[in-house]
Amino acid sequence: MLDYESLKIIWWLLVGVLLLGFAIMDGHDMGVGTLLPFVGKTDLERRVVINTVGPHWDGNQVWFITGGGAIFAAWPLVYATAFSGFYWAMLAVLWALFFRPVGFDYRSKIENTTWRTTWDWGLFVGGFVPPVIFGVAFGNLLQGVPFHFDDNLVSYYTGTFWELLNPFALLAGVVSSAMITFQGANYLMHRTEGAIFERTRIWAMLSGLVMIATFILAGFFVAGLPGFVITSSVDPGALPNPMDKSVVIQVGAWLDNFNAQPLLWALPALGVLGGLAGVVLAYLRKPLTAFVASSLAMAGIIGTAGVAMFPFVMPSSSDPRSSLTVWDAVSSHLTLGLMFWATVIFMPLIIFYTSWAYKVMAGKITTDFIKAHDKAAY
Amino acid sequence: MTETMIELSRLQFAATAMYHFLFVPLTLGLSFLLVIMESIYVVTGKTIYKDMTKFWGKLFGINFALGVTTGITMEFQFGTNWAYYSHYVGDIFGAPLAIEGLMAFFLESTLIGLFFFGWDKLSRHKHLLVTTLLAVASNLSALWILIANGWMQDPVGAEFSYTTMRMELTSFWDVMFNPTAQAKFVHTVSAGYVTGSMFVLGISSWYLLKGRDVEFARRSFRIAAAFGFASALSVIVLGDESGYAMTESQKSKLAAIEAMWETEPAPAGFNLLAWPNDATQSNDWQVEIPWVLGLIATRSTTEQIPGIKEIRAQNLERIESGILAVKALERLRKNKDDADAKLVFDAHQKNLGYGLLLKKYSPDVAQATPAMIQQAAHDTVPQVAPLFWTFRIMVVLGFAFALLFGLAFWYSLKNTFVEKTWLLRWAVWFIPMPWIAAEMGWFVAEYGRQPWSIFGVLPTHLSVSTLSEGSLYGSLAGFLGFYTLLLVAELYLMFKFARLGPSSLGTGKYHHETAAA
Repeated sequence: MLDYESLKIIWWLLVGVLLLGFAIMDGHDMGVGTLLPFVGKTDLERRVVINTVGPHWDGNQVWFITGGGAIFAAWPLVYATAFSGFYWAMLAVLWALFFRPVGFDYRSKIENTTWRTTWDWGLFVGGFVPPVIFGVAFGNLLQGVPFHFDDNLVSYYTGTFWELLNPFALLAGVVSSAMITFQGANYLMHRTEGAIFERTRIWAMLSGLVMIATFILAGFFVAGLPGFVITSSVDPGALPNPMDKSVVIQVGAWLDNFNAQPLLWALPALGVLGGLAGVVLAYLRKPLTAFVASSLAMAGIIGTAGVAMFPFVMPSSSDPRSSLTVWDAVSSHLTLGLMFWATVIFMPLIIFYTSWAYKVMAGKITTDFIKAHDKAAY
Repeated sequence: MTETMIELSRLQFAATAMYHFLFVPLTLGLSFLLVIMESIYVVTGKTIYKDMTKFWGKLFGINFALGVTTGITMEFQFGTNWAYYSHYVGDIFGAPLAIEGLMAFFLESTLIGLFFFGWDKLSRHKHLLVTTLLAVASNLSALWILIANGWMQDPVGAEFSYTTMRMELTSFWDVMFNPTAQAKFVHTVSAGYVTGSMFVLGISSWYLLKGRDVEFARRSFRIAAAFGFASALSVIVLGDESGYAMTESQKSKLAAIEAMWETEPAPAGFNLLAWPNDATQSNDWQVEIPWVLGLIATRSTTEQIPGIKEIRAQNLERIESGILAVKALERLRKNKDDADAKLVFDAHQKNLGYGLLLKKYSPDVAQATPAMIQQAAHDTVPQVAPLFWTFRIMVVLGFAFALLFGLAFWYSLKNTFVEKTWLLRWAVWFIPMPWIAAEMGWFVAEYGRQPWSIFGVLPTHLSVSTLSEGSLYGSLAGFLGFYTLLLVAELYLMFKFARLGPSSLGTGKYHHETAAA
């Protein structure tokens, strides 16, 4: 069995992998949802757009659900503290997601313009709102969140919902939304043709450029942001107890990891260069490679945020000692090991049958296809 | 933490969980019926069975959408509203939830797209494989969720750590093969199969009564009758198994369900009907069948089942020991090398949860008055009347299903069911009943576990997140609003497509299409 310290680091990587899997997979259908009202002008066109992700959105959404479950199992204190602290933000994500299953499945079952338009906007909300909120949440994590624990490790969140909507967090929300829209646009181009393809192409280039610009801007912001540093000695193999450390807040500390390991600058570089490549490829009408490029860009962007904060996961601005880190917010050695093996066994299987499903359903969705499958298609 | 806040958190969880379970059982049962129908299609090549799979699959999809929607709430609500619970037992409880996602829900959700949209793209055998794996995955999903819930009822394979201030996993094997969890799993999926069968049987009966799409309805009826009969029998037998497991793990729930106040000489009698009175701690009247409870619950004629009063008296002692555990724990939290505190803690650790029960009345448990201790001991058995009645409604319905499906199966063997209009009408009116039985069953399981969220380990009132009452009123209102709208949309579509019947497939062969032409 792997030692406790290695498992703690592996789980930080695995949560990152799940997050990236979510961004690539659920991200592209959320991006398609975001674009739906704008690139589909008629009911038939909107049905084309919806059916590009129709057979897949449900499986993709499980990246999100499994991500939540994995954080529960591997980082129970993070799951408990973040979800309850960000109560209204989490509910907004949840309620936005409500529109998706019913939007996809119920929309085209009734031929009524009001009914269908309502669900189109529902699908827009379900695709647009969650990425914005995740971005805003990340923006807040980078600044620290006001919470503390008592002696029994009961967590108390002392901020308000409105405090979450500060300028830096909103900027992070824009990065996230642009990134997901970009991803969705590249996918949608790959699966469509004609007018929808052309409209989507403009959106792809636009959202790609917004993503790059806001990501760079956020990078400059972070350099001047107070970061968090553990000042007590860390025993990475110790039993987790967040109250056992001391932490100070230092401006610019989020750059420490990059400065200590200059190779890590490759991550923000990947975010920018992957983004640029994606924009150029969208311009050249090569959506599949553009999709790969935007996926790499997301790996760079998410990786940058994760590495900047490492080993912190959820720093506390009001009581820095209560900050949650990869060392002290984790499950027991046994649970981390068990979940590691469960992931190692099932993740390749998931990737295998997901790829198969995409292969079976491959090809362009056209208006003729929808007309021919009027009753069966979404 | 206020009492209102705790009550609101419980109400929200109960409402969202019970609402989620309106959609789960049909998914569990109907998915296997789809497998049966499609298998017959693949073997015989008769298109009508393909149409059956597609039509019942359409209704399956309408239901599935809301199952997914409301399931996400469940996955996140532990974190949003039960933060201390999530911290305290996440080390054990989180694992089955995550594995459910990895092993089952991913597969189920990926394949459902191929089930609906893969008809023209996959060979007949491959499509059947997709449908089969879809059914297996949805049932595996239920397995992991019930392993998690089984652990709440009977927390095996874990121990408390005072360093990390939480329960930690010691044996995943024990958690997975927890007898309580396994008994719950088979009982719950059987209930799902009954639900799926009732749904198909009832709607098919309606077509038969209307004389519409008779061939389609007859075939559906027969499949549902056979599958439903087997399921209705197994739900009873496995429910009994669940009861047996409960005798071991939760005597308080058993005693409350049976309104058994006093410990009776073995084998105890079964109260068929009674009027439980919590104030006098006795039944105002009761109709008892001698021996039966003792035989069901202990499977012996000699083993005694403790009554409510005895359970409360035993728990009083456990609470007194628990106070010492809580106080020793407080000292260990300040200094983990305190050898004396460690000694006391080890001696009383198994009653830690019972000591924590007192926190409802006194934040410092050492200050608790004898009256508070008495009250906490009283709390360890939930209110009797709600459990007594919900359990009996569930059981009566269970036997009614067995009878209905038995007759349906019998007349489908004799091939005379189409003429038995009384039977068909009964089947139509009984469509909602499996849902009522399932909700009653969950009420018994969860309300019967009170005052615990983790039986004997963590009291419900300590499990909540520290939220404001305003937030909880707001979120509860939001859930009620959203869920009502969604339910209206779902029922509207369900009724619309059930009424349309196979004509909704657009094949041109069925009632509304041929009538119009």
